[in-house]
Amino acid sequence: MSVPISYYLVLSAILFGLGVIAFVFKRNIITIFMAIELMLNAVNLAFVAFAHAWNQLDGLVFVFFVIVVAAAEAAVGLAIVITIAQNRRSLNVEDVNLLKF
Amino acid sequence: MFILNHLWIILALPLLGAAINGLLGRHWPKWAVNTVGIGSVSLSFLGVAELVREFMRLNAAQVPWFVRYFNWISVGSFSVDFALQVDQLTLVMLFIVTFVSLLVHIYSTGYMAHEGGYARFFSYLNLFVFFMLTLVMAANLVLMFVGWEGVGLCSYLLIGFWFLKKTATTAGNKAFITTRLGDFGFTIGILLAFWAFKSVDFGAIFNRVSPMPVESTSGIGILTAICLLLFAGAVGKSAQLPLYVWLPDAMEGPTPVSALIHAATMVTAGVYMVARMHPLYSRAPLAMFVVALVGALTAFYSATIGILQTDIKKVLAYSTVSQLGYMFLGCGMGAYAAGIFHLMTHAFFKGLLFLAAGSVIHAVGGEQDMRNMGGLRKKIPVTYWTMLLATLAIAGIPGFSGFFSKDEILEAAGAGPHKNLALWLLGLIGAGITSFYMFRLVFLTFFGKPRYNEKKVRVHESPQNMLVPLIILAICSVIGGWVAAPHLVGGSDYFESFVHPVFASYEAQPVVAQQESLAGGASTEGGIQPNPEMEVLQAVTGPPVIAAVLGLLLAWWFCIRKPSAATKAIRNLHGLYTLVYNKYYVDELYAALFIRPLLWISTNVLWHTIDEKIIDGAVNGTAHISREMGGRLREIQSGNARTYATWVVIGAVGFTVLLLGLWMVR
Amino acid sequence: MSLPLIVFFACGVTAVLGAVLLIVAREPIHSALSLILVMVSLAVLYLLLGAEFIAAVQIIVYAGAIMVLFVFVIMLLNAGVEERTNLSKMAKYAGVPLGFFLLLEIAHWFWRSAVGARIANGSGTVNASAVSTRDLSMQLFQQYLFPFEATSILILIAILGAVVLAKRGE
Repeated sequence: MSVPISYYLVLSAILFGLGVIAFVFKRNIITIFMAIELMLNAVNLAFVAFAHAWNQLDGLVFVFFVIVVAAAEAAVGLAIVITIAQNRRSLNVEDVNLLKF
Repeated sequence: MFILNHLWIILALPLLGAAINGLLGRHWPKWAVNTVGIGSVSLSFLGVAELVREFMRLNAAQVPWFVRYFNWISVGSFSVDFALQVDQLTLVMLFIVTFVSLLVHIYSTGYMAHEGGYARFFSYLNLFVFFMLTLVMAANLVLMFVGWEGVGLCSYLLIGFWFLKKTATTAGNKAFITTRLGDFGFTIGILLAFWAFKSVDFGAIFNRVSPMPVESTSGIGILTAICLLLFAGAVGKSAQLPLYVWLPDAMEGPTPVSALIHAATMVTAGVYMVARMHPLYSRAPLAMFVVALVGALTAFYSATIGILQTDIKKVLAYSTVSQLGYMFLGCGMGAYAAGIFHLMTHAFFKGLLFLAAGSVIHAVGGEQDMRNMGGLRKKIPVTYWTMLLATLAIAGIPGFSGFFSKDEILEAAGAGPHKNLALWLLGLIGAGITSFYMFRLVFLTFFGKPRYNEKKVRVHESPQNMLVPLIILAICSVIGGWVAAPHLVGGSDYFESFVHPVFASYEAQPVVAQQESLAGGASTEGGIQPNPEMEVLQAVTGPPVIAAVLGLLLAWWFCIRKPSAATKAIRNLHGLYTLVYNKYYVDELYAALFIRPLLWISTNVLWHTIDEKIIDGAVNGTAHISREMGGRLREIQSGNARTYATWVVIGAVGFTVLLLGLWMVR
Repeated sequence: MSLPLIVFFACGVTAVLGAVLLIVAREPIHSALSLILVMVSLAVLYLLLGAEFIAAVQIIVYAGAIMVLFVFVIMLLNAGVEERTNLSKMAKYAGVPLGFFLLLEIAHWFWRSAVGARIANGSGTVNASAVSTRDLSMQLFQQYLFPFEATSILILIAILGAVVLAKRGE
């Protein structure tokens, strides 16, 4: 018996939800970033599952692009994090509050 | 026919003078201001003279002469035109206004010579003349009211002429506000008249009133209501009980103002109005009685106050109030011609009295308290003689103008168709008191030893431009009565027959019958025509003459012969003396009854509560709420990324729920 | 209990475990390593779904490059134990429960969806045919050429950005 696609989808949903919780819950900027990556991965899983389900390649192409963009985003984001960390001497996201009223 | 066709010129000239002096005169030399000011009024006076000449050539059907210039207000069925009319009554008033105004203007060039605001003064005076002329020439109630209000405005401006003086501005306020109370009744009267007669034009109203019968005195019919309301305005404007309180305070204004406005013209507007509305008053006996009653009471009451006043102008002010009461007494008795005649003679002698008083004040360097005068007889002879002549007139000494006019009024009160013995008695005693306090004024001011500091005050006679008007008015005060002298002295009773057509028109039927039976001859509403023998008797031994002479003797006794008697009388009647000396504490009474509660309401209720708490609270509260909300809302912008992240999650959750819901539904 | 199912559950559990560890861990380096664990198990799942190329890319790029970058940065910044600050009450009391709710909701949606049912009914079970890389690259360079080039420019920009930021940091 093969794995029904819905199993993959549920797993994807669980991972996504956990990513959201981590995103909201954690205080370290880098950890928050990692939560974002987790969310992206969950979405990738869903895409691949659907690509398999409809027997199409578009899902895989999309996953490809997601990975590429995630890489670019991680690079730039971490560079920003480094800059902020050096300026503020803290990695607590709550210290990055210059947008406060 | 020139002036008759161009009536507006008479009005426009003073208005033009006011505008020129008001706008441009500030930097002009005095002679330029004088030229404009006196010139405009003298041209108006010449216009009036020419008007009289042309008017005499009209036949009866053309009177009243009516000119309509343009339609001013037209709202639905309410239509008011700018329309002027001229009849004999108008001519009398026009003559008085322009003549006395002219003399006052000439006098002012001397009196105000050293004052600031010279051009402003003449501008206001001219403006006043304009409004007064509008009032007397108006052909409908609303235009008359425009003049009415306008003279009130000018009175306010002129009383408070020295506006840096607190008492002057307060007096101006008092005058305006007090007359306002009366004007309120006046306005309602106009509206009621429009409601009843569908028009505010005199002609239309009188035509509609003509067939109406005399109203009964048991209850208030529409005519009585209108008359009483209009009279309320007269009570304010002509300073009768209970709204007379502004006139004594109005003496804060310059003396020419007191002479012109508060003696000769503005305060007589109420009398003119009653005379003009005589068709209504003749048909409302209750209203007429009220008019006569108020007049008589005021005449007596005010005279009593005048006995003890020490300021020379205040005595004259209370005298004015008193004499106005006589005019209303005359009108209330149906003797409209007599009332108007007294108005004319009063304009002469009271105007003269005020101008002469101004001359006295000028002579003693600004002192107005009679207790600090005395012995001025030889030092300022012209002033003395003119003032004496005026006093003889006002006291009702036979031969002078005041005698004829006051006598006619008292005759109407005592023997006329609406006669009332009580009112006649009040008037008679008032006449005696008038004589007393006027001669007291003369004696205190001009006789006896000087009570002022002879070293400090250099008494000097006034300049020519002040003395000439005095002399002219003195002549009028003497001979002015002769135009209405009854037949016994060879007079033609000219005045009465002159204005007779005015008051004979729109007669109410029953009264005519009554008149004929009483006098046995062609009689009029305007006065009675007694038979000659009665007149001789009355003229010589009549009670008014007795009262006048008695007053003179008493004044001479108390002021010259035996002043100690005066002090003794004061000591014995101390309570009464204090009461009268303090003017019956009426001002204090009004302050306690009306003014202080009103001020309290204004301050505490209107200002603190409504304005500050409610209105300001609402406005400020709105701002406050905006601020508070803004303050709360901006806390969303906490700068805390986690909170932002949470908001994102909330949004995502909401979105998916929405989608789920939609999807499920589908 | 077929092999695919067992593998699926094993990898699934591992992935979830890794995610939970990511949340729970006190040190960022532990979170990074748990994330690598998640990615590897996901790669296995991709293989199970027949997407070999993607699985390889996931391991090489994602777990091998991006996560290494993360680890580098963590070590560079000497990120220590997370302090317990308490500024965002909203995040603590609203965010976490809502996150859970989101999780359950989407999972429920997927489970109960007609999509899932249809798939489960057999029209899309895992078949042995794997997608060939060749087909994928054909799609990539023909139909999706423009996005491909665009993403390569994007990466170029990212490189530039990273260099500029890093330089300014000095």
